[in-house]
Amino acid sequence: MIRIATPLLFATLGEMFSERAGILNLGIEGIMLLGAMTGFCAAYFSGNLWIGVAAAALTGITFGVLMGFLTVTLGLSQHVSGLSVTMVCSGLAFYGYRLVFGQPSQPPNVEAFEALSVPLLSDIPFFGPVLFDHLALVYIGFLLVPLAAFLLYRTPWGLSLRTVGENPHAAASAGVRVAWARYQALMISGALFGVGGVYFSVAQFNAFTFGVISGRGWVCIALVVLGRWDPWRCAVAALLFGAVDALQLRLQSGGVIDLPYPIFLMLPFVVTVAAMAVLARNARAPAALLIPYHKEER
Amino acid sequence: MKLVLEPRAHTPAWLNISLPVLALLATLVLCSGLIIAAGAGVLPAYGALFKGAFGSKFNFVETLVKAAPLVFTGLAVAVAFRAKFWNIGAEGQLLAGAMAAAFIGAREALPVWSLVPLMIIAGFVAGGLWAALPAILKLRYRVDDVVATLMLNFVMFYLMLALIDGPWKDPLSGYPDSPDIRMDAEYPILLQPTRLHLGVLLAGVTAILVWLLMTRTTFGFAIRAVGENVRAAAHGGLPVKRVVFLTAVISGGLAGLAGVGEVAGLHFQVMASLSPGYGYTGIVIAMLARLNTLGVIPAAIFFAAIATGAETMSRTTGVPVFLADVIQGVSLICMLVALLFTTYRLRVRGSDTVNVSNVGS
Repeated sequence: MIRIATPLLFATLGEMFSERAGILNLGIEGIMLLGAMTGFCAAYFSGNLWIGVAAAALTGITFGVLMGFLTVTLGLSQHVSGLSVTMVCSGLAFYGYRLVFGQPSQPPNVEAFEALSVPLLSDIPFFGPVLFDHLALVYIGFLLVPLAAFLLYRTPWGLSLRTVGENPHAAASAGVRVAWARYQALMISGALFGVGGVYFSVAQFNAFTFGVISGRGWVCIALVVLGRWDPWRCAVAALLFGAVDALQLRLQSGGVIDLPYPIFLMLPFVVTVAAMAVLARNARAPAALLIPYHKEER
Repeated sequence: MKLVLEPRAHTPAWLNISLPVLALLATLVLCSGLIIAAGAGVLPAYGALFKGAFGSKFNFVETLVKAAPLVFTGLAVAVAFRAKFWNIGAEGQLLAGAMAAAFIGAREALPVWSLVPLMIIAGFVAGGLWAALPAILKLRYRVDDVVATLMLNFVMFYLMLALIDGPWKDPLSGYPDSPDIRMDAEYPILLQPTRLHLGVLLAGVTAILVWLLMTRTTFGFAIRAVGENVRAAAHGGLPVKRVVFLTAVISGGLAGLAGVGEVAGLHFQVMASLSPGYGYTGIVIAMLARLNTLGVIPAAIFFAAIATGAETMSRTTGVPVFLADVIQGVSLICMLVALLFTTYRLRVRGSDTVNVSNVGS
């Protein structure tokens, strides 16, 4: 469950950052896919998984900047810009993979990350293996939660980022560079999308397939709503989703209930929509979300 | 010196025509880097692409056949976006329509003459209902329509897989697909021996009908009024929620018709690979057409041409067929940027001394 939740946690935190700054980043699905591809290639050819992670993060930052150019500099519709970034990224991911590897009968693999057991703590019965026997990326993902909360709530940088998402005009008159703050948020979100994506290809499946993300990026958009734009709640939402996903895998393999497997694959999406229907009414998005900021219009 | 974007007082006519063309040229230039990376010549590759799309009667018909579902999904998105209902769910609504059509088309009890009309009606209703769900979620529970419609695409896709791999599986087939529809339920072929079927004609007729609806009826006016300014529309006495709901249903119905055409004109059954993302491409097409329902037709033909042409290009030059996907995305971005210049102009402004006198000149 923690293993399944980690990539979603990365991406959800990334989306939270960009939405807190007032940008709905629908590039998430494509950036995750492209990050999974570039990260996998980098890891495959360098033999070092961390180089793969870095490559994925860089890819994400690049397309975060593109998203910023479209939505911040040009002030275009965030919905359409995000979808176009996703389209370009998925196209590039498929194209690039086919270019590098052709059409192999057996998809190329990378050596998986080894689990990193925390000494002593992992020896605790039950809780030890559950909490302290994971891949390094998992620990990083969960350490990001307090870090994100600290950055967002306890630093001047976080304050200005939040103000930019709530009231950019007030932020601007307080001397915050609105556009730059939004670019920063988009670069952070892109990097986190990339890492979330590469987790699938180098840590979970150890290979890149075209269906490696298959809608999980979109789920993270809903997780941010469920997590009410707060790092801690987002982490809880990601864990809950991981639990649902783990449950469907268990049910599917255990043969407890005899249903066709697509029903189980459908479950996470149904739960997400249902949860949003219950919770969205009370959710309060950052006030300036989806609204482009123009200096001249006051 | 500083570059700034200034609102235009009015848009010159030549810009409206030349900017989309420029955007497409920019797309081809940008994507040529990828062709070079694949070790092929840029001009031969684009040449092969063009030839694959328009080079012969057969190829051209294939392009038109591929354009038909794109016209429907493009119309679906254009109508919904006009009312600011962000329907990203044309993909799921298409599948809903396809399943309804395949179900009706296989009923032995129905009289022959009723099959095609009933399939069309059922497809429209199924797509419309599947779009009504996110519309209700948006209007009553304030669920973001982008997220809801997107999620429901996956729900519908997996629902379809569950059915065609379960109770609805064709017992005569080794693959997960639904039973074939009856011969009498197939769309007639308009041009033997090609695959040009009735659905292609229907797509064109529907585009004109939707254009009439949007520009010549009070309901079309209501849709645009709600999309342009919700508050003003409500103040003017329009039942905003009802308009948004009906728009969503029409939008979903149009997407459902795309599914009907694929089943009745092309595949005669429902299978997992029924739609290679026609619903998502519909978004790009609607944007390229600037939400103009007649503009959807050339935009759909352009995309269909790239998709069919890319296969020929891939066979002859070895450039991966996914170039088509990249071209789709890049052309959307270029188009967005180009459209900006129809309402704004780029100005070089000297240092920080603002020339207010020049604005609007």
